[in-house]
Amino acid sequence: MKLTRREALVLSAGAALIAFAGGRAGPAFAGAAETDQAIKDFTGGTEPQSGRITLTAPEIAENGNTVPVSVYVESPMTAEDHVASVMLLAEGNPNPDVATFHFTPMSGEATATTRMRLAKTQNVVAVAKMSDGSVYVDRKEVKVTIGGCGG
Amino acid sequence: MFSRREFLMAATATGAILGPGLTGWSRLMAQQALSEDDLLAMPAFGNVTLVHITDLHAQLKPIYFREPSVNLGVGEVAGLPPHVTGADFLKLYNIEPGSPHAYALTSEDFAALAKTYGKMGGLDRVATIVKRIRAERGDSMLLLDGGDTWQGSYTANKTQGADMIEVMNALGPDAMTGHWEFTYGMDRVQEAIDALPFPFLGSNIYDQEWNEPAFSPMETFERGGAKIAVIGQAFPYTPIANPRWMIPNWSFGIREEDIAGHVEAARSEGADLVVLLSHNGFDVDRKLASRVPGIDVILTGHTHDALPEPVLVGKTLLVASGSNGKFVSRLDLDVEGGEMKGFAYRLIPVFSDVIAPDADMSALIDKVRAPYEPELSRELARTSSLLYRRGNFNGTLDDVFCEALLEEREADIALSPGFRWGTTLVPDQAITVEDLHNACAMTYPAAYRSTMSGAMLKDVLEDVADNLFNPDPYYQQGGDMVRVGGMTYAIDPAATMGARISEMTLARTGEPLDPARDYVVAGWASVNEATEGPPIWDVVESWLSRHPEVEIPQNRPVSVKA
Repeated sequence: MKLTRREALVLSAGAALIAFAGGRAGPAFAGAAETDQAIKDFTGGTEPQSGRITLTAPEIAENGNTVPVSVYVESPMTAEDHVASVMLLAEGNPNPDVATFHFTPMSGEATATTRMRLAKTQNVVAVAKMSDGSVYVDRKEVKVTIGGCGG
Repeated sequence: MFSRREFLMAATATGAILGPGLTGWSRLMAQQALSEDDLLAMPAFGNVTLVHITDLHAQLKPIYFREPSVNLGVGEVAGLPPHVTGADFLKLYNIEPGSPHAYALTSEDFAALAKTYGKMGGLDRVATIVKRIRAERGDSMLLLDGGDTWQGSYTANKTQGADMIEVMNALGPDAMTGHWEFTYGMDRVQEAIDALPFPFLGSNIYDQEWNEPAFSPMETFERGGAKIAVIGQAFPYTPIANPRWMIPNWSFGIREEDIAGHVEAARSEGADLVVLLSHNGFDVDRKLASRVPGIDVILTGHTHDALPEPVLVGKTLLVASGSNGKFVSRLDLDVEGGEMKGFAYRLIPVFSDVIAPDADMSALIDKVRAPYEPELSRELARTSSLLYRRGNFNGTLDDVFCEALLEEREADIALSPGFRWGTTLVPDQAITVEDLHNACAMTYPAAYRSTMSGAMLKDVLEDVADNLFNPDPYYQQGGDMVRVGGMTYAIDPAATMGARISEMTLARTGEPLDPARDYVVAGWASVNEATEGPPIWDVVESWLSRHPEVEIPQNRPVSVKA
């Protein structure tokens, strides 16, 4: 999907950004287990399915300090059937939970774009919770490289 | 495992390969009778002709360029072209050893065959080919330039690509995309692109701040009664493999979903043929072709592969046209009602002693080079060894660079980038300023000198190895392994990141590299801003002045574990 500047601004206003994981919890990096726990806390234990949610992120980060990621969830966005919230996680960061986006049928479309800091090469995970309680997941490995010898 | 028979059946199902089956060429060549007509005559096929050149690296004049003897593939592409070299390549494509095509396409007996068949390329010879096809095919022809055109020579560096732009404008491409072009910096690139008489396409280049497309992604042409959509794809990892600080406003990436979107848009707007003019690298394009439906032809670039036959992935033809002006690809297509019904292909080898230079183009090339001629031809040394760079690990020319860095900068260890550009010198040849700069002409040439711990050096080697040997092509950057001097190591390309590099040894002492100890490291072409040091060409020139007779034994600092 391609957004114009205006659409992007409108959309980011439509999706209220609630929580940003702030300071580092300590020197230890989160692992897959900690990420799984954070996902369980978010979903209430419902097993995530694949499909409907698309996470877009670069294969290799140009700058690990600010990696653009977008998430889109296919949904009619009606009162009966809409996306309730989407959680973004970074498996290899000190705190795995990066952000949670909340939607209502008034959002019109369940899409959000942000930038995140990635400490090292890791999986970025996006989890969508639907109004009927079902849960969808997509993940993508983003490589953070030293770089400089290609060509 | 790769099966030659299956491959040919797949390819001939829709087309004809008019390539190196002409075994008579070697006999003709030996009789001094191989003619321009033998190389260029091709019965016209279909209603559209695509002519592709890529990765010229600013080589206006004929050059020697030795194809790699080591070009390993990992994962699903192990043993598949272009990861086939030397005698295996000759066997795979049924090419007679010692024939003109063996010389053009492989490293086998390179030094000896270079004496027989001479230099290849030269944009005045390319012009002869393009003009002839244009005369034969008229408005059925599209000429497409895959990029890495404006960088790689002394004159291109001095003129910030202006020499290449002037000459290419005379050749008249219909569109181009890019990679090393961007190393002239954002302002220069924008100014040059604005002045081009044809579009510079980059579907995958975005504005950094607003994350919006920054370049025109696609251009539609009418040729031979067919509507042709050409999507441009610049090198996805330009801001990682090259200095990001030079192009701060632009972001790249593969952005496969964007290409899919453009293909759909082109089809819905009635395109009969969809072409991707790509600087992704061959393996990236092979994966892309398997995932994005609806692309008829991918004109590949970046990884400098020259293949005498297209590779078919699903319904997509992948063409690999080599580098440095050694080859021109001609792809004739029968396009009707939104479908590619058949093709005929020839990878035309540009033998500079066989194909007559185009007089107008020769004059133009001489004109742009004239102010620099005295410096270009200045002799620095002579070589009695074959000096080349291309290949996954150190070439002999890299050993010259590493020796120069070690001695001139008084370092323990030298690192030299694994660029795939850099022309070849044959034994008993003078090394001129032009030859030296063909291997290092760039806008960030500072030769740094710093300290790195053994652990850090391991990280660097692992990082570069993963850029080259990650089993997922989308994570590859397409260069070769960083070259080393003063040390040796072993590599297992099939291992995972962090486990590929072992047995790192300081050559001087034969001792293993200590992860905790600091070593003095000299290198060049750092992507970091404000890197300090003399330009690499001054370092190498100084070394050559003290070593006027260069003899480099086959130095093998890297052992490859199967």
